[in-house]
This record gives sequence, C-alpha cells and structure tokens, in this order.
Amino acid sequence: MKKLKLNKTTKNNLITYGIVILAYIIVEAMLAGGQISSLMKGLLVPLCVYVILAVSLNLVVGILGELSLGHAGFMCVGAFSSAFFSKCTAGMMPDGLRFFLALLIGAAIAALFGLIIGIPVLRLKGDYLAIVTLAFGEIIKNLINVFFIGKDANGFHFSMKDAMSLNMDGGDVIINGPQGITGTPNDSTFTIGVILVLITLVIVLHLINSRDGRAIMSIRDNRIAAESVGINITKYKLMAFIISAALAGVAGVLYAHNLATLTALPKNFGYNQSIMILVFVVLGGIGSTRGSMIAAVVLTLLPELLRGLNDYRMLIYAIVLIVMMLLNWSPKALEMRERYSPKRLLAKRKEAKEAK
Amino acid sequence: MENMLEVKNLSISFGGLRAVSEFDMNIGKGQLYGLIGPNGAGKTTIFNLLTGVYKPDEGIVKLDGQDITGKKTIDINKAGIARTFQNIRLFSQMSVLDNVKVGLHNHYHYNTLEGILRLPRYRKVEKEMNERAMELLKVFDLEKDAEYLASNLPYGQQRKLEIARALATDPKLLLLDEPAAGMNPNETKELMETISFVREHFNMTILLIEHDMKLVSGICEELTVLNFGKVLAQGPTAEVLNDPQVITAYLGE
Repeated sequence: MKKLKLNKTTKNNLITYGIVILAYIIVEAMLAGGQISSLMKGLLVPLCVYVILAVSLNLVVGILGELSLGHAGFMCVGAFSSAFFSKCTAGMMPDGLRFFLALLIGAAIAALFGLIIGIPVLRLKGDYLAIVTLAFGEIIKNLINVFFIGKDANGFHFSMKDAMSLNMDGGDVIINGPQGITGTPNDSTFTIGVILVLITLVIVLHLINSRDGRAIMSIRDNRIAAESVGINITKYKLMAFIISAALAGVAGVLYAHNLATLTALPKNFGYNQSIMILVFVVLGGIGSTRGSMIAAVVLTLLPELLRGLNDYRMLIYAIVLIVMMLLNWSPKALEMRERYSPKRLLAKRKEAKEAK
Repeated sequence: MENMLEVKNLSISFGGLRAVSEFDMNIGKGQLYGLIGPNGAGKTTIFNLLTGVYKPDEGIVKLDGQDITGKKTIDINKAGIARTFQNIRLFSQMSVLDNVKVGLHNHYHYNTLEGILRLPRYRKVEKEMNERAMELLKVFDLEKDAEYLASNLPYGQQRKLEIARALATDPKLLLLDEPAAGMNPNETKELMETISFVREHFNMTILLIEHDMKLVSGICEELTVLNFGKVLAQGPTAEVLNDPQVITAYLGE
C-alpha cells in the first residue's frame, strides 16, 4: 500500500516532466524543419516564463491556499535586478557564468522582497491579503519607473527625478526611469527556458511531497488543527511565499534577458499580468501543478493562434476561458471526464476482452 | 499518584461575560478524566485555555510539573498536550496517511534542501515516518484507507483519524472534545473500546468532554461537572453522578 502511493506520486511527477521534455523535443524538431513561424519563435521564451510564473503562483494559491495578486511584482523585481547586474558586468565574465549569476541574483532579490512583503502581509487573510499583494505589485512597477541609476568612473549615481540630475561624468545610464534598461544581453534561449521550467517543477513537486510541503498544505486545510499539532504557521507560510517569489524572480530574469529593452509597463508587470497568472492557476485547477503548466501554455498560445480571425480573436479567447473553467470545475463535467477518461476506457476494453 | 495536569484558579472573561471562573482540576498520571456539563457551561473554553487558543486572565496550568500558562498553542503541543475538536478538523484535502504524518512533523527532521534534492536522509526519514504513521493507523484500523483523502472517510473514522493524528505528536495528555458526538450507539461502543485501548497501549492520560452519559460512566474514573463556568461537583464518577446538585443542573430528575 505504502509502496503504491510512493509510486503513484513519483509516476505523476514523471509524467509532468515527460510532457515538458516531449514538448521540447517536438518544438526543436519543428524548428530544425523550419516549420515554426518567426512569430511563434518569439513566443517560445515567454511561454517558459509564463509556465514558471503559473507553477510558482500555484504554490501560494493552490498549496498554501492564500490569494496573492502581486506575482508580477516579484517577476518585475527579478527582471530589473538581474538586468541591472548583467548590464553592469557585461564583458567582465563569460556569458554563461554571467547569466547563471544573474539568475541567482534575480531569485535572491525576489526572495528578499518575498520576505519583506511576506512578514506583514501574511498576518492578513483572504481578501485583505489579495488587496495588499495587489498594491505591492503596483508599487514596485511605479517605483521602477522613477528610478534613475547611472554608472561612470566615479561609481554609481542614483536619482529619483530624472537622468540629468544624476550629474554623470560620462558613463552610462543603466536604469533610465520610464525608459527602463536598454541593451540587456540577450542570454535567454528556449533551451535555457525549458531547463528552468524543469528545475521549477522539480522544486515545487518535491517540496509538495516533503515534510515542509505537508506542513504548508495542513495550513491550507485547517489552520487551527495545524497549530494544534505543532506546525509553525508563520514559518511555513513565509516559506511558501518566499519560494514562490524566488521562482517568479527566475521567470523575471528569463523575461528580461529575452528583450532588448526592459521597461516596467502595466502590460508586462502590472496587475493585469498578475491576474493573468492567476487565471492560469485557476483554470489549470487550483493546486494542480501540471494543470497550471498546461493552462499557461494554452492561454499564451491561443491569442496568437487566433490572430487570423482578427475581430473574433478576443471573443473566442473568452469563450475558451469559460469552457475551460466549466470543464475543470462543474460537477457534471467532472463526472463526464471520469467516465470517458482514457484510463477508464482502456480498463473497459480489457474487461471486454477478458469476458470474451 | 503524581499529577499530570494541575489547574489552579483558572479564569477568563469575554467582555462582561465570565466564561470560566476559579476553575481547579487535578488529573493523575494515566487517569481517564471526564469534563461534563450543560451546553454553554464553558467546557470547550477550558480546552481552549489548556491548549493556548485563549490566554487565561488568571490562574496557573501545569503539565507534568512544568508551567505552561499562557504559552502559544504550538509550544503547548510541544510540551505534550494534543487535542481533537468538537467539529472535526482534519486536513481534508490530504491523504489519511499524510494527516498522521503532519502530526509526526516535530519528531522527524530533515531540512528543506534535503527534501527538494531527495537526499538519502529524506528517503530514510520519510520511510521511518511512513512506518510510524502506518503503525498508528493500524491501531485505529485505518491502515487500508491510508491512500484516501481524509474528507472521503465516513464520520466515525474521521473521528478516529483525528485521535491518531493527535497521538502522532506523542503527547503526555490527550484532550478529546466530544469524541462520540454524532455517533450511533454501536460506534460509541466501539469508540469506548478504542479510547480504553489507547490509554493502555500508549500509557496515556486522557481528559474528555462528553455528553453521552453511557460513555462517561463507562470509562471515566473521575469527573468534573461544570455549570456557568464554575465547578459544580468533582470526584469519582459514581459519586458525582449521584450528587443531587448535578442531577438538577445537568442530568435531570
């Protein structure tokens, strides 16, 4: 019995990794065969970014059970801190090493923000937590827009007014307020993206099936009971929040190093983005890591695939959202899925064969 | 006999309402003790005071000689008090096995990194946890349901799982809040046997709140009757149940 359970979760995890690897092989094969349009090529890295974001947000929303609407904020922190680092150190070390360090820095600084935001915010519950995290995301985005940081022979200059007041003696303006960071080295590739997706999946799936993961889920299921068996609520809430923030930071690094110009716009780091990530998680089935991943892929590709339909694009997109929602959550649809699941059909066929 | 739990002069008020006042109780090691009284008498409030959900306004609580008054819930659990709840509080979306493993949390250790990287210690400790959890489930005849979600268990088994989870924290004192609530006579009888078995098998001191008089008179050695937050009667079960005051206030003529 015990063995069976271990095998079952391991098997499930392997299927999830398998899907990613298979998708990677198929895409690579299609790339080699020249069957992917340049538009689609441009979407490959963002796809990985969104998958990482969805899987990491699922840790807070699905596993910890708290609604966070500031996920894009952590991504923003990771993106800007790593782009800043990459630009400062461009040419000083090999590209691979620099990108690796950028990843660590993006993750660490996002984690630090996770901690700073988490300590006050995790005292709140439900709607209140959602509103405060939402505000955090907006604050980060707006703060970045007034940061001016430059570097010259005398070192770093900082201002919150404009580029002129940096009083630079030659040198470079690295973060230029609303114009953001230009000329970040283009280190992100689809392969790196997929590797990061796999690492994210391993971290999240292994965490869920460990002592810490169980503690986090026990808080979600019943806080009072968790406390009564000696679970440190604050510690495990913070742990989930920080790991989730760090992974969002990684997504931000990947995102930043895929663009020539990184700016903090409502479109990429605003609350629309946070809601979009939440939609991935909800439609993927809250708490299901594989579901979050698939929903992120489908919903990122869909608007592009529907481009040909022009006027009806957003209409179809909305309808797909509703249908996905129904398929995932309506009791009747769940019953249908159960009845027509491939596993069940196979078992039936086997039974019929044996009966013969 | 040494005392496992000593409560002296415990009081708490909510606004103007004095929910519990000057409550005294001593429970000997290995005793099975009952706390009874009409609805609203303050029984569950006393459980909440003992487990740190509320902080008492006055009074002292000592567990096995150690002062635990006003400590936090998790520290009181670590000191050795585990409880079940009147309205079952399981980790409903986790498996039966995982529910017990959460109870084992503070007794088996490996760090987060070892968990994520699946280092040898993770495998070793997880294996030990599984074995210990299955052992506990076996006591309650739940081992074949280990895979199910806790919320899918029938009511009676959910109650048992809650006791198993509490025992997993390796307590000195077990508090059961109306364990027989909502059970039919057969289930109650089975539960009585389980409670007696737990007491023998784990050498456990047990304090229980109960309305089912058959259960109380069947297994409790001593009783405290509570009325309006005050002790009405205290002593050996047979004596207390024949006390005329108790009969008028609680049992009815």
